[in-house]
Amino acid sequence: MATGVKSSAAQRIDTVAALRDAAITTLLAFGLFLPLIGFHTVTNIRNELELDTRWPLLFSIVAVVGVARLAYSFLLAPWLERIKLRPVATTTPAWRATFGKWFVPFCIGFVIVYPAIIIAATGFGGALKWVDNFGIQILIYVMLGWGLNIVVGLAGLLDLGYVAFYAVGAYAYALLAKEFGFSFWILLPLAGVMSSFWGILLGFPVLRLRGDYLAIVTLAFGEIIRIVLVNWVDVTNGYAGISGIPRPSFFGIPFNASDDGFAATFGLEFSPIYRTIFLYYLILALALLTAFVTVRLRRLPVGRAWEALREDEIACRSLGINTTHTKLTAFGMGAMFAGFAGSFFAARQGFISPESFTFLESATILAIVVLGGMGSQIGVAIAAIAMIGGTEIMRELEFLKHIFGESFDPTQYRMLLFGFAMVIIMVLRPRGLISSRAPSVFLKDPKPVPVDPVKQGHG
Amino acid sequence: MTNAGDILLRVEHLTMRFGGLVAVDDLSFEARQGEITALIGPNGAGKTTVFNCITGFYKPSEGRIGLCHGDAAIWSELDALTESGKRGITRGDSGLYLLERMPDYLVTQNARVARTFQNIRLFPGMTLLENLLVAQHNALMVASGYTLFGIFGLPSYHRAERASVEKARDWLNRVGLIHRADDPAGDLPYGDQRRLEIARAMCTDPVLLCLDEPAAGLNPRESALLNELLMSIGNEHGISILLIEHDMSVVMEISDHVVVLDYGIKISDGAPEVVRNDPKVIAAYLGVPDHELEKAGAEIGR
Ligand SMILES: Nc1ncnc2c1ncn2[C@@H]1O[C@H](COP(=O)(O)OP(=O)(O)OP(=O)(O)O)[C@@H](O)[C@H]1O
Ligand SMILES: [Mg+2]
Repeated sequence: MATGVKSSAAQRIDTVAALRDAAITTLLAFGLFLPLIGFHTVTNIRNELELDTRWPLLFSIVAVVGVARLAYSFLLAPWLERIKLRPVATTTPAWRATFGKWFVPFCIGFVIVYPAIIIAATGFGGALKWVDNFGIQILIYVMLGWGLNIVVGLAGLLDLGYVAFYAVGAYAYALLAKEFGFSFWILLPLAGVMSSFWGILLGFPVLRLRGDYLAIVTLAFGEIIRIVLVNWVDVTNGYAGISGIPRPSFFGIPFNASDDGFAATFGLEFSPIYRTIFLYYLILALALLTAFVTVRLRRLPVGRAWEALREDEIACRSLGINTTHTKLTAFGMGAMFAGFAGSFFAARQGFISPESFTFLESATILAIVVLGGMGSQIGVAIAAIAMIGGTEIMRELEFLKHIFGESFDPTQYRMLLFGFAMVIIMVLRPRGLISSRAPSVFLKDPKPVPVDPVKQGHG
Repeated sequence: MTNAGDILLRVEHLTMRFGGLVAVDDLSFEARQGEITALIGPNGAGKTTVFNCITGFYKPSEGRIGLCHGDAAIWSELDALTESGKRGITRGDSGLYLLERMPDYLVTQNARVARTFQNIRLFPGMTLLENLLVAQHNALMVASGYTLFGIFGLPSYHRAERASVEKARDWLNRVGLIHRADDPAGDLPYGDQRRLEIARAMCTDPVLLCLDEPAAGLNPRESALLNELLMSIGNEHGISILLIEHDMSVVMEISDHVVVLDYGIKISDGAPEVVRNDPKVIAAYLGVPDHELEKAGAEIGR
């Protein structure tokens, strides 16, 4: 009873505070959006700039912000409080355990039959887009996320230049395949080795640095690689990029309309979908390889040392662990998977240019890892599907044009929506979608361990 | 081969300067095989700095730190080793190492000196068992063929891992934490964390265990448990212990030999009862601020 009275009293005080809060937010929004949205310049017929105003848009956006703030104070904040107070379940219910056990096999099964489902649903013509844009595209990022997860999630080394190794893999494949005519299957491991080599080379001078400093140097490294690709025109062809990169063949049988092409050999009618499906299974195999190797490594001394390094580097050194070597293996291993993904990317596109390897790519991959929950493979996969699939879905939302008018291009709001989604997830789940880690070894029962139990207590 | 009472660690003219501050000034002392050597002194005396020099975390400004494995006869080669510029030598089962020349991880890996920290440094998000397995990293690394055999799941690696888990289980039993083996280390109460850190250090197979204030923050019951543990490590495993401690009752009860530091200078060195009655030691402890004066006086004058 007493608590009921108290909480309703608290509620009343809340109302005043919430209204004041909303008023301040509205004012702030007005101040911010007045120059940003309220005014804009247009060029008239005589090529002169004119100032135009957009009052209705400005006021509606400011109003939305104010209402959203009110909604937050009255609905979201109390709800978050309640979640915090809710007693933590000490035993996991039975259905969760069964779900946990079957979830991963189910997902793997699903991605394996995915092309068949799509073809059954949309036919050959429509399937191309769904397998390519949704299947292959997402799987590349799942693989990159899993690769970066080794460096950031397990070893705790903040790497903002991961895309550099992706670029090394892509250019290694493109140049060697064009110049020397090596096949994809030779170049795939070679590209991995090269990226790994660059990863270790960068690692040597850099890994004494920690945290923010390491992040800045890796960021710079990513930019250096990109700028070299732009400026070393003799080799990389600069901004124009490299085109006509040989495509991977089906163990020697090319995917084309010729007589010894894939379709003809197997007595099928020619269709580009075969190549796409082949590429889909190729990247699926590569991604699963990444996951498998990571799972294995986590249970080996190296993997455990990576995680220990993330927790406390000084303690690692006191236990006789060579932290430089340990960091280098993490860097090299992460870079190797980026190199695999890069050579796959070049082989799939047939064309690469420095545009594909900008900082935004690194940021996207890092966002996938952070959103997924550092160190969690399933979390990273879910985050990759949400982020990359989300981007692709935006292209499909043509109906929004009917609401917002013809000039509305949903893909342009991608970054805005990402930012928004990221803020929401970070508010609700500050440690990522999946914030527990499975112990690498156990005596009795393998219950998941919440990440960082000590720090989390302090909120 | 190894005889209790042989010299294990020999610190000579150790000096550590931080800018103008001389934290340790020309310190020499010895620690003997199978004994518990205590390093005591008022706050800021430089005890932790000595530990950091011995374990390779700091490179001393001056001085030599020798450590011997096995037969003490190898000490005769100390000067030759110093001249040669090498980090250490081995003769059959015996070895001699110059710790000031080794980076921190090699001090643990090759010279087999393990340590704990004044402010506990566990891997809080990892389970107790994992903490103890990380401590066996180097042995497991070799068993896993530097990851190569491990990744293909060869049986030889599985055997080695099972042996490591057994060893970890053994230590968890000894420190009374076996029932929490699968819990994150960060969830343990303070006293348990201290004991886990000691167990973790022991899993590296040391010949010398350096403990930085292991009894700090423990209640009397936990403190008694700790004393028992330290005595048993010394007696059963023949492992020598170097101990920093503020709590005089612990020092007097368990140590065989006490070294007293004040402002980086050694002011006394000897058996506990000798040190306790040394006027310089009493003066140093009386020199500390008021609130500690009573306590120190009471403890020393007992
Ligand atoms: N890395 C460092 N840089 C500069 N000064 C240091 C450093 N480490 C220690 N010192 C200084 O050296 C002196 C000795 O410190 P130390 O930590 O060794 O004392 P201590 O005997 O362990 O004290 P306590 O009982 O408080 O743990 C102090 O004056 C300290 O400020
Ligand atoms: Mg200290």
